[in-house]
Amino acid sequence: MFRRVSRWAAGLPLAVALTAGLTGCGSSDQATPAASSSSGAATALTVFAAASLTETFTELGKTFEAAHPGTSVKFNFSSSATLAQQITQGAPADVFAAASPATMKTVTDASLATAPTTFVRNKLQIAVPADNPAKVNALKDLADPKVKVALCAEQVPCGSAAVKALNAAGLKVTPVTYEQDVKATLTKVELGEVDAALVYTTDVLTAGDKVKGLAFPEADKAINDYPIAALSKTPVPDLAKQFVDLVLSAQGRDVLTKAGFQAP
Amino acid sequence: MAFLVLPLAGLLIRAPWPTLAQRLAEPQVLEALRLSLVTATVATLVCLLLGVPLAWLLARVTFPGRRLVRALITVPLVLPPVVGGVALLLVLGRRGLIGQWLEATFGISLPFTTAGVVLAEAFVAMPFLVISVEGALHATDLRLEEAAATLGASRWVIFRRVTLPLVAPGIVAGAVLCWARALGEFGATITFAGNFPGRTQTMPLAVYLALETEPEAAIVLSILLLAVSVIILASLRDRWVTSP
Repeated sequence: MFRRVSRWAAGLPLAVALTAGLTGCGSSDQATPAASSSSGAATALTVFAAASLTETFTELGKTFEAAHPGTSVKFNFSSSATLAQQITQGAPADVFAAASPATMKTVTDASLATAPTTFVRNKLQIAVPADNPAKVNALKDLADPKVKVALCAEQVPCGSAAVKALNAAGLKVTPVTYEQDVKATLTKVELGEVDAALVYTTDVLTAGDKVKGLAFPEADKAINDYPIAALSKTPVPDLAKQFVDLVLSAQGRDVLTKAGFQAP
Repeated sequence: MAFLVLPLAGLLIRAPWPTLAQRLAEPQVLEALRLSLVTATVATLVCLLLGVPLAWLLARVTFPGRRLVRALITVPLVLPPVVGGVALLLVLGRRGLIGQWLEATFGISLPFTTAGVVLAEAFVAMPFLVISVEGALHATDLRLEEAAATLGASRWVIFRRVTLPLVAPGIVAGAVLCWARALGEFGATITFAGNFPGRTQTMPLAVYLALETEPEAAIVLSILLLAVSVIILASLRDRWVTSP
């Protein structure tokens, strides 16, 4: 009991995380900082990475573990904005890979990381269900009020990219929902609940046959840079740097481009 | 007690008091609050309408499979709300079992509507009502109902004039729990009804999204939601629950 009380009392930085807990199920994608810090042996590396990196970074993590016997790589995948908040509130991360420069800036502004490097870029695509029930062919079809569209909320990177692309095309699209992250947006397409959504090329690829991706020219105006940085407070700076190097290496780039990312 | 209250204290300490009034006056905030209160109240009414008869059935009528039904009613309690939302989509969504038929026959589509929010909230909150009403029914003295029957009262009259007044505190307590749960509902709502300001964006959804960019705004919204619910619940308790 003492431990718990003292943790709450000292837990002002956790206040923000608690807000999410209070409102329900935000916990599924929350980090458990206490758990990862308790195993803070020199052989554990904790990587906070954007949700869109889930598949590729998991693979790179295995590669890294194989090359560094005795090291285990732990991931926390979530929306970049959430991760940036967690890091500035003191979550014990060693490496941060974000889906937008803005979310990385939150962390560098707090002097928790320096000199992030852009390692990949991601472009938006129109995702439609495999049978494309609303016959969406181009970005302008999304402005049709009969077409049900899901967009990411403007607060998350895929949402601000969508706004940029739509502005570039001079279109006004009223979606039926602003989803909390790119995976949730894609799920609405997979389930056929919406006729179209704007998501990243990489997410369309991971969805497989259920979703078809349509490239559109305005996507070039809204390319997302993904920055990565080793965090300055890491107890394992060497390992953190080696992981960043792996992501930036030819081998890392290979894994990432195969998944639909573009080289910077 | 400290365990329950300290996180709230954390919220209050970190609140940006100087800008609080200004942030609360934003139209989006009031819209989300209004939507939250309206949907939680309607969801509670739906739960009362469906839940009280169900609780009566479980408490008073013996039928085969009653224990199974009782277990099934607690499913929404056990289920992570997001899973509940996905389940609702699979049944009532545009391509769902019933949703497909609803759209083809009546042109009704529930996801992404305010009605969808009510439905998601009612789904998650209903067990709270059913369980507490059933408990209250079990605690009442059956002999009172039997006495009414010997005096010639019909079943409906007995239910209305004897049973309901006896279990009223249980129903009120259940409705309060149900309302509180509906007010805080997040996972099923965002999954089934999506997030659109003014239509499906309730306070918990607004808090979650504000947290992505502006933790301070999230704290303000959380405090508002807490304050409103505590005030409403406190006034209800004094009037209805503690003084029978």
